[in-house]
Amino acid sequence: MITYAIVIAAFVIMQILRGTGHISSLFEGLLVPICVYVILAVSLNLVVGISGELSLGHAGFMCVGAFASAFFTKCAQNAIPVSGVRFALAILIGAVVAAVLGVLIGIPVLRLKGDYLAIVTLAFGEIIKNVINVFYIGRDVNGIHISMKDKFSLGMEADGEMLLNGPQGITGIPKDSSFVVGFILILITLFIALNLINSRDGRAIKAIRDNRIAASSIGINITKYKLMAFTISSALAGMAGALYSHNLATLQASKFNFNTSILVLVFVVLGGIGNIRGSVIAAVVLTALPELLRGLADYRMLIYAIVLIVMMLFNWAPKALEWRERYLGRFFKKSAKEGE
Amino acid sequence: MAPMLEVKNLGISFGGLRAVNAFEMTIQKGELYGLIGPNGAGKTTVFNLLTGVYKPSEGIVKLDGEDITGKTTIEINKHGIARTFQNIRLFKEMSVLDNVKAGLHNDYRYSTLAGIFRLPSYWKVEKEMDERAMELLKVFDLDKEADYLASNLPYGKQRKLEIARAMATNPKLLLLDEPAAGMNPHETAELMETIHFVRDQFDMTILLIEHDMKLVGGICEKLTVLNFGEVLCQGNTADVLKDPQVITAYLGE
Amino acid sequence: MSFLSYLINGISLGSVYAIIALGYTMVYGIAKMLNFAHGDVIMVGGYAALTMMLSLNAHPLVGVLVAIVVCTVLGITIEAVAYRPLRGAASPLAVLITAIGVSYFLQNVVLLIFGSNPKSFQSVVPLPDLKLADGALTITAETIVTITSCIIIMIVLTTFINKTKTGQAMQAVSEDKGAAQLMGINVNKTIALTFAIGSGLAAVAGVLLCSAYPSLSPYTGSMPGIKAFVAAVFGGIGSIPGAMLGGILLGVIEILAKAYISSQLADAIVFAVLIVVLLVKPTGLLGKPIQEKV
Repeated sequence: MITYAIVIAAFVIMQILRGTGHISSLFEGLLVPICVYVILAVSLNLVVGISGELSLGHAGFMCVGAFASAFFTKCAQNAIPVSGVRFALAILIGAVVAAVLGVLIGIPVLRLKGDYLAIVTLAFGEIIKNVINVFYIGRDVNGIHISMKDKFSLGMEADGEMLLNGPQGITGIPKDSSFVVGFILILITLFIALNLINSRDGRAIKAIRDNRIAASSIGINITKYKLMAFTISSALAGMAGALYSHNLATLQASKFNFNTSILVLVFVVLGGIGNIRGSVIAAVVLTALPELLRGLADYRMLIYAIVLIVMMLFNWAPKALEWRERYLGRFFKKSAKEGE
Repeated sequence: MAPMLEVKNLGISFGGLRAVNAFEMTIQKGELYGLIGPNGAGKTTVFNLLTGVYKPSEGIVKLDGEDITGKTTIEINKHGIARTFQNIRLFKEMSVLDNVKAGLHNDYRYSTLAGIFRLPSYWKVEKEMDERAMELLKVFDLDKEADYLASNLPYGKQRKLEIARAMATNPKLLLLDEPAAGMNPHETAELMETIHFVRDQFDMTILLIEHDMKLVGGICEKLTVLNFGEVLCQGNTADVLKDPQVITAYLGE
Repeated sequence: MSFLSYLINGISLGSVYAIIALGYTMVYGIAKMLNFAHGDVIMVGGYAALTMMLSLNAHPLVGVLVAIVVCTVLGITIEAVAYRPLRGAASPLAVLITAIGVSYFLQNVVLLIFGSNPKSFQSVVPLPDLKLADGALTITAETIVTITSCIIIMIVLTTFINKTKTGQAMQAVSEDKGAAQLMGINVNKTIALTFAIGSGLAAVAGVLLCSAYPSLSPYTGSMPGIKAFVAAVFGGIGSIPGAMLGGILLGVIEILAKAYISSQLADAIVFAVLIVVLLVKPTGLLGKPIQEKV
């Protein structure tokens, strides 16, 4: 409940600030990306925090969602002129395609454990990016043409239109995303994630995280629930991808690299593993931080890195925790309880 | 009537090591049965064979007349065997109540969608689960700690919670792996009382591992003594404890 | 002939991966952490050598030695400042994220000093190429030096670990930190030494990599870093022969895939092979199986 309240309050404040013109265009441009990263962080936390598996390929699912939805929008641009309906469908398609991929990847991957699972998710993330890069799809009066070589081997008529142009990706996507849509998607994400966590299925997922052997001893189907967490997480990432792609004119697969996956993981860990509210806050703060530091020009990414290291040490180092316990004991104990 | 548990010629090897050999055991419904033996005799391995953690190299395990040999841990739990672990395996980051509710997982159901969209079935079933879980917690005197994180419970209560969780799966046969390990005499006495109570209250069949023979003598009706992976002796507790072979195995030459 | 030349190129690239992977695997074996900043240490090594050779007109060998010293010190510092405080943290993810922070840090420090434009690297191997079979097969001097260094490093490292007292201490710490400490081994020192060796190797790899692919930017280290990490997992992380085997196989697969299948899909193929290997053998080619005790 508190989490919803924070998100709604933040939205209302932002809308008021926007209405009264108190927001720079720079920050304005950051609103949708912030929504995207909040959704990604929450969805990744389902896998990392709730299911207890380290995934390093989250950007891959976002990528698939982004491309599937943008591709749909391009195809349906004339058939469905109402942008609201079309975008809603596009988001749905992004989520579904990402979920299907989540199942396909999850089945083999979830048999592995620990760091091996992590590296295989990383590998899948890179494969998805590379595979999308080699597809060329165009459309003309004769229908759809697909090639894996280049755009000229499509053999299209002169009036043909490129839908997906290899590494150049998809261009001319209508800008359907907005802060309001992003806000609604965040609420949907929170609704799904929080309700799942606090249900019978969520309990099973957490039980497996805490002790796999004990969970199977009480008859919980390990594969089923690991896959469920992974798939729902993928679907939400696909949704974030749809929001992301409809905020850009040009969509390229190379954007969804390993660093994007890592960035989201940073949000999850800094916000608190398994702590959904923490993911939301960390995603907002850390996405905005580099922009807020813009005044520092070239030094901003350096400062970002230092902030990251210092925060990790402060939050996790046993010595730092001891120190906090001793000097800031009361204050932190209280906040630790609320975070649960 | 078929016995609750019937084990014939059970065996397993790890590499060249024969961990359990020609193991036989029959437990009748409602019995409190003890499996004892020195350290490394293969007691826990027997539990792991019975619960499907290991697949036996040979032999047959029948539960209530049904052949469950070689089935997975999950299937075996569904057939009616629940267990605890020597080194406590709770869901540490979950509440005491949720630990037991996780045990109720297979008997109380609603769909994933009902869970996410909070459909009426969610509210109804969750309420039933809460009630059932609280009932069980009361049996183990854990109801006041229902909202604690499992890892914050004192040691003795963690052991009890593990039994409560196993009981939540509504088993026919309960396997307890050294339930009194690490407990002080007072806690041990209390636990023995609880085990007795569970057996009487739920008409439960219980097989427990212990290596403290005095303790076992006070509670189990029948015993099997395991030594070097083989059955050394089995029968009524009083007879077994008098057996010279058993005394030698325990006290040495 | 072209196949043979691709194969040799592959082994050469693979040797670089192998040297980097050794650093990954040693650090993983002993500290149980994925050091994501390892790739960036490679890049720092490249810049150190480049600066020596360009600005100070030093002999290439001096450049290499300076790079090794710089990286070794860097490795020890990173471990002491960023990783050691997190030893014993509640989640292994903490140190992973910190390593990512260190990676960003190194990239951005270098970016501030040297700028983002790629610098062209001057080869550290001032030798002529080897031409065989009447010029049909050319093996560059860099290739020969790379493969030779890889073999030498492998032999020296294996001997060091198995035959010296320090090496055995490293093995002991990686088996069981607590027990090693009880046996009088200084765990902190041993881990620091492992980072020092790993980082020194990274410097060598950096110089070799830049000599073969002569372009250096603050981000040069990250892709080879990831590939080497994949190589280490591929061979069985924690295993030194595994890192070697994994690295070389990865390099060969990458070059052959580029040559015969598709240059754009080469990375995807490398990763696909990794996935298949892990699904068949979940702990890598030479990794030890893990068994959880119930």
